[in-house]
Amino acid sequence: MSLVSAAPSEYTAPGVEEFWQPLFGTDGPWAITRPMLLMAISAGLIIWFLLATTRKKALVPSRGQMSTEAVYGLVRNGIAKDLIGSKEFLRFVPLLFSLFMIILVNNLFGVLPPFSYPTMSRIGFPIALSLIVWVVFHAVGMKKHGFIGYWKSLVPSGLPKGMILPIFFLELITDLFTRPVTLALRLFGNMFAGHILIVLFITGGWYMLTSGGILVIAGGVTWIFAVVMTLFELLVEFLQAYVFTLLAALYIGGAIADEH
Amino acid sequence: MTGNIAILGYGLSAIGPGIGVGLIFAAYINGVARQPEARGMLQPIAFLGMAITEALAIFGIALAFVFKA
Repeated sequence: MSLVSAAPSEYTAPGVEEFWQPLFGTDGPWAITRPMLLMAISAGLIIWFLLATTRKKALVPSRGQMSTEAVYGLVRNGIAKDLIGSKEFLRFVPLLFSLFMIILVNNLFGVLPPFSYPTMSRIGFPIALSLIVWVVFHAVGMKKHGFIGYWKSLVPSGLPKGMILPIFFLELITDLFTRPVTLALRLFGNMFAGHILIVLFITGGWYMLTSGGILVIAGGVTWIFAVVMTLFELLVEFLQAYVFTLLAALYIGGAIADEH
Repeated sequence: MTGNIAILGYGLSAIGPGIGVGLIFAAYINGVARQPEARGMLQPIAFLGMAITEALAIFGIALAFVFKA
């Protein structure tokens, strides 16, 4: 990386430009970038892992089958069943499980050494995922209640007449705008901020270590903190995959609920 | 002293969500301590509340980089 040089002169803090890493092609909007490659690798890894651990289904599961079943059980029972309801949750489990797996693996790439880049720290990837969720929860809601009935169901029944219109517009803004935007921004912001923090600790520590004098001690402490932040980042990566899937299930459950 | 005042704005925007997330997990720990068998029911609610509360801080950091110039 350009930040780490052997002869330190002036320390420049890492910024947004650290995340622009084109690999092939021209350096422009059509370049094949590092997160694109990582996304493709993650898809391959997930397909290979799920096929390998579920091909030989046994009553007494192997270690691989057990881990897959644990993740699937978390998404199926812990997220989908609780938030969508036991009647209709089963048809949304494939979507939620795919979302959870793709986000989890791509987030974990942020701290795993050969990859070391959280794919979701480029805003395009979370936007794509949250658009899928956005289309799905509106579509299933309209399919269940009808086009008019769906928009009617946004307003809770039993409101005084004057309150119906303001509440409707508030709910409209929430459903059409706030939900998809916060869903994408939450994942992006957590991954971006966490990764830039680790880069800051490591490059800052490197600068202090190579400056000499009393700063060497401070640089060592900074690197210890970099390790601590990496472990914390591991926790955040699990948590964000869980939260994204949780909110997707909540939105779907809200759209197909009988009473709002 | 040089710097970027947008990052100061991010610091301000993180105060509210920080307090809010703290309150949510305080209530969650209280609930689990009083009734350990309610953990499975409380956990999604706690993380849901956290996810919604921290949205403001996430807006803050995104906008801090947007208005960097």
